[in-house]
Amino acid sequence: MKKKLWIWQCLLLVAIFAFWHVATHPEILPPFVWDNPDRAAFFFGEPVKIFKAVYVWFAGGEIYPHLWVTLQETALAFVIGSALGLGIGLWLGLTPFASALLDPYIKAANAMPRVVLAPIFMVWFGLGIWSKVALGVTLVFFIVFFNVYQGVKEVSPVVLNNATMLGASRRQLLRFVYLPSATSWVFSSLHTSVGMAFVGAVVGEYLGSAKGVGYLIHMAEGSFDINTVFAGILVLTIFALVLDFAVSFAERRLLVWRPTQGETQPH
Amino acid sequence: MTIAVSFEKITCTFAAKGGGSYTAVKDVDLSIAAGEFVSVVGPTGCGKSTLLNVAAGLLKPSSGVTRIFGEPLAGVNRRAGYLFQSEALMPWRSALDNVTAGLEFRGEDKAAARAKGEDWLARVGLAGFGDRYPHQLSGGMRKRVSLAQMLILDPQILLMDEPFSALDVQTRSLMENELLELWNADRKSVLFITHDLEEAISLSDRVVVLSAGPATHPIGDYRIDLPRPRDVSEIRLTPAFIALHDRIWHAMKEEVLKGYRQTRNRTSA
Repeated sequence: MKKKLWIWQCLLLVAIFAFWHVATHPEILPPFVWDNPDRAAFFFGEPVKIFKAVYVWFAGGEIYPHLWVTLQETALAFVIGSALGLGIGLWLGLTPFASALLDPYIKAANAMPRVVLAPIFMVWFGLGIWSKVALGVTLVFFIVFFNVYQGVKEVSPVVLNNATMLGASRRQLLRFVYLPSATSWVFSSLHTSVGMAFVGAVVGEYLGSAKGVGYLIHMAEGSFDINTVFAGILVLTIFALVLDFAVSFAERRLLVWRPTQGETQPH
Repeated sequence: MTIAVSFEKITCTFAAKGGGSYTAVKDVDLSIAAGEFVSVVGPTGCGKSTLLNVAAGLLKPSSGVTRIFGEPLAGVNRRAGYLFQSEALMPWRSALDNVTAGLEFRGEDKAAARAKGEDWLARVGLAGFGDRYPHQLSGGMRKRVSLAQMLILDPQILLMDEPFSALDVQTRSLMENELLELWNADRKSVLFITHDLEEAISLSDRVVVLSAGPATHPIGDYRIDLPRPRDVSEIRLTPAFIALHDRIWHAMKEEVLKGYRQTRNRTSA
């Protein structure tokens, strides 16, 4: 069943590209929306040319430095944002006064559309990778922070009492109970936060940079080279899928202790 | 005779939700001798667990003193192990890591702790299950891990809060027998909370009956002079057991009905 589904999914993908090709190629169909037969290709690009552009990127090796920069930005934004979210989430989760004091500010900061900060980060950190990392961090931080904060409040009081009775000091409770519990919440938001780090990197590059896949798209757009724009989008999509796959793999390795639904229990 | 735990005029008053206060236990005097197995029975919601938490030092009483081997208790009771009613294992740690957690908190050597943990897992019948995570174990197995986790620290006092109430009947009597066997090996003082009178009689040296809440206090103290070692499922059929059960149940019945009426009124109000 699963194999069959996989075949159907591939067929659907082929069908989409075939439709795209037929609808945009100037010579296959008579023009039916625009009078000019080249107009469809101008707006929507042509799959063959897009694939060619992607091929040239990879074959010529031109794309690798850009991908590497985007990957670096994503990874740094994820790691720094998660670490900050974990630390501050733990701190506020364990100190009711500080969390009550900062509550409205955190809500305001989270409600603010963070993309508008990008120009400010560019002024602060320049056009290199760090302004993109900063943007990604602001996106990742809140996801991890809210998850950890909630996670700390929901640590089972029985588990806490048990650890206390087993002789754990306050610091040991933090290290052996709160931290692992909070980390598991970080992992439960892993897909979203890695995705957000990626969004921050690409949007940052798009708004001003000299390297990265977002920069490639931006440059192509400036010269109305729609095929290269789509090629960039295609590369980003595949890159995001690979990233998501890597995250799923890491998750499976790190959360073995978590019950999965439908798993049988030995008796 | 050494007294392991003694409650002296323990009163616990809690702030109630809609303002005012609720006295869960009032003027409780109770003592447990070293090496004695004492069960406390009472109607549901009468404050049995409150008393246990006081003995553990997890809850500070509103008034009264708890003495542990003669010394007044301040803070967490370091001489006691606690077996909780609900799931208390750390789900992110394997069975073995859960068992050795207490040793790790004490800063004991890792390899030695591991060996000791394996030994304790074997003692509770879980040899070879060390690398399983709690969710991969059945309810009975998780209770055994909890038991090993508590006993590995060799506490002088065992506090147990209806530890077997969530288990099915067969697993339960198995676990009760195993508990008796482990206890028999080095007779620690036990304060065992249960709502099940049969369980209380079959395990204990003494059964203390609590009144219905609020302001719970002991209303009866019965010595169980049944011979040891016991088999919990067999001893329930002996005439001596039945006579004891009749006597204690007679004293308890009125309180159980009172407790039942109160919970019913509280839920319908």
